[in-house]
Amino acid sequence: MLPDDPLRRILYIDLTRRRFWAADRPDLFEDGLGGAGVAVRLLEEECPPGADPLGPENPIILAVGPLVGLFPMASKTVAMFKSPHTGNLGESHAGGRSAVAIRMAGYGAVVLRGASPTPVYVVVDGDAVYFRDASALWGLRSTDTVGRVIRERERGAGIRTIMRIGRAGERGVTYACVVTETYRHFGRLGLGAVFGSKGLKALVVSGRRALPVADRRAYREVYDAIFRAATESPLMQKYHELGTAMNVLPLDAIGALPTRNLRSGRFEGAEAISGENLARNYLGRRVACAHCPVACIHLAALRLPYPNDPYFYKTTMVSYDHEPIYAVGSMLGIADVSGMLQVIDEAETVGLDVMSTGVTLAWATEALERGLISLKETDGLALAWGDWGTYIRAIGRIVDPPNDFYRALGRGVEYAASVYGGADFALAFGGNEMPGYHTGPGCHLTYLTGARHSHLDSAGYSLDQRAAAKGETLTPEGVADALLEEERWRQVLASLVVCFFARGVYAPEGVERALAVAGMSCSADGLARIGAETLARKHAFKAREGFDPARLRIPGRILETPSPLGTLDEGFLRRAIARFWGSGRE
Amino acid sequence: MPNRLSVVDVDRCVGCQSCMFACARRLGEGGLAGACIGVRSAGGIRRGFIVVVCRACPDPPCARVCPTDALLPRSPGGVRLRAELCIGCGNCVQACPFGAVFWDSGQNKPQICVYCGYCARYCPYDVLALEDLTSPPALRATPSLLLTEGDCLKS
Repeated sequence: MLPDDPLRRILYIDLTRRRFWAADRPDLFEDGLGGAGVAVRLLEEECPPGADPLGPENPIILAVGPLVGLFPMASKTVAMFKSPHTGNLGESHAGGRSAVAIRMAGYGAVVLRGASPTPVYVVVDGDAVYFRDASALWGLRSTDTVGRVIRERERGAGIRTIMRIGRAGERGVTYACVVTETYRHFGRLGLGAVFGSKGLKALVVSGRRALPVADRRAYREVYDAIFRAATESPLMQKYHELGTAMNVLPLDAIGALPTRNLRSGRFEGAEAISGENLARNYLGRRVACAHCPVACIHLAALRLPYPNDPYFYKTTMVSYDHEPIYAVGSMLGIADVSGMLQVIDEAETVGLDVMSTGVTLAWATEALERGLISLKETDGLALAWGDWGTYIRAIGRIVDPPNDFYRALGRGVEYAASVYGGADFALAFGGNEMPGYHTGPGCHLTYLTGARHSHLDSAGYSLDQRAAAKGETLTPEGVADALLEEERWRQVLASLVVCFFARGVYAPEGVERALAVAGMSCSADGLARIGAETLARKHAFKAREGFDPARLRIPGRILETPSPLGTLDEGFLRRAIARFWGSGRE
Repeated sequence: MPNRLSVVDVDRCVGCQSCMFACARRLGEGGLAGACIGVRSAGGIRRGFIVVVCRACPDPPCARVCPTDALLPRSPGGVRLRAELCIGCGNCVQACPFGAVFWDSGQNKPQICVYCGYCARYCPYDVLALEDLTSPPALRATPSLLLTEGDCLKS
């Protein structure tokens, strides 16, 4: 690391005492690069064994990396915490302006400790930190309003991040998210509830630092190569044009688009909710994360008439991606695009992870159909596939629960099924709700083995799709080994905080050259070692907090509904799990 | 050849900040401290973006309020900073209605666009272009792709 690189500085914010200080920790970045590699080390330091995820002892770690502010697409912030949703490792990544803002404020990581006795929002403005009273912001209906108010009160327009929670986070819904820059999220595993438990309504960060480079000429050369790859090569084209919503139709065509709580892999409304249809009829604007020329964020312009006021309309910009489209589109049987966008918008408004929300409501719909619950539990809401208006009302009840049933829904599908039954069709893996792929054994093994139980951990869906396209036969050992290798490499990307969408641009040789500009020398072997070690540390944290791969629940539903690679076999999945964790602990 | 930067179509701006980082990189450094161009949302990202850049006024107000003539008007428009004359009073920042006079808090002096067009080369969506102030206005919207490396790294 270059001697004057501020990356080494960790900002500690103690919410209990309302104090802050910075500490130099070059060791963390030399050993772990940044992002996930640094965050997991700070989590080990900060999070006591058995910590209550909603207690003051649970830390929030936000970490960025050496390439942020120097190169394009190094644009993610890695958050680590103990998850109130799974009771284990919490890790969530978000873009927006968050990573650049933290780096430009002069820090490599921020650690939030303790809990404020009254609601606060915290402003990090370069070297200064301000604790602002947020009692008047607590309980606001919309995360958007929180952003608007803070936007007008604080400086740093254009270079700041405003991370905030909605009422879901205040109320401790275990899958509440943190919204940043209106349309990006620390979506999964409940960071929003951890913010809420600390009385932390929002975190604003801004700064305008210069960053040193080891070699000016090399800097421009490496930059131009990465920039060209991002803007001219086909590597990023799909994210650029239709965005991730381009997945909807191809997945539907092969029967891999989870529909109506995965009773099917095909959705008759796929064409309507496809990226193609959204682009044609709704796409209103495309926007980018800070320092990313790709601009994958797609905003639909949703124009709605007021029912009782002629000539009154409102136009809302709703961000869409494959995962929300799956979770509240096909999964809930909603083919009405406007209705689907309104459900997504409601989840944004209250600050819920839209993926967990959709999967939880899908389970509730099926449980009602099967008579496991009645209208008494649903508070009179006749949840039914496609009925988006009722789903919007149900989201309101998850946030303000009128009874124990909605309180249970607010803890996710794993918990709700443990109380009301229906575990076979409760689609959660390691306690986290399912992502939008039913491509074969690979995707489900990613959900099961991934440290975050996220599709992005090791992207098993692409393994499945490749096997289907080439007519190859997958073996448990082959899948387990490939997923382990992929997840280890993704630890490197997550430590550099390079967007996973840019993984094709940041291959090992390119990473080496970019790191050299930042004054960090690391060979391909060294990177691989850091990846393996980071994953091993996450696994150790999970084991410490009680995770046991042998006890992973495999929902029966994934074995019933055929995948494009045929009906899945539990024995195959169990063998692969054993192999993955066996080799992961060598 | 007196150039200036032109915001050709602000509605195509996605807020990626590639121009801001390019401006700082022109000086051989990373980060944003050196940037003389700014992009911010027009009151929330849903409403799109505002690109703040020196428009090279023919009668620049920033130069008129400079007590030491550190900002020298250029013909037919724009200014050049003579840093050795600057006393860091900040009048120029106040005088520019666009907020296009940026501030170097380390040196306590303004940062003024040098009209090199390096930023425009990195605008992936043709929001920015460098135009020749001596050519007739109708012909000015120069596509940024026509610039050469040499044009951009001068200064």
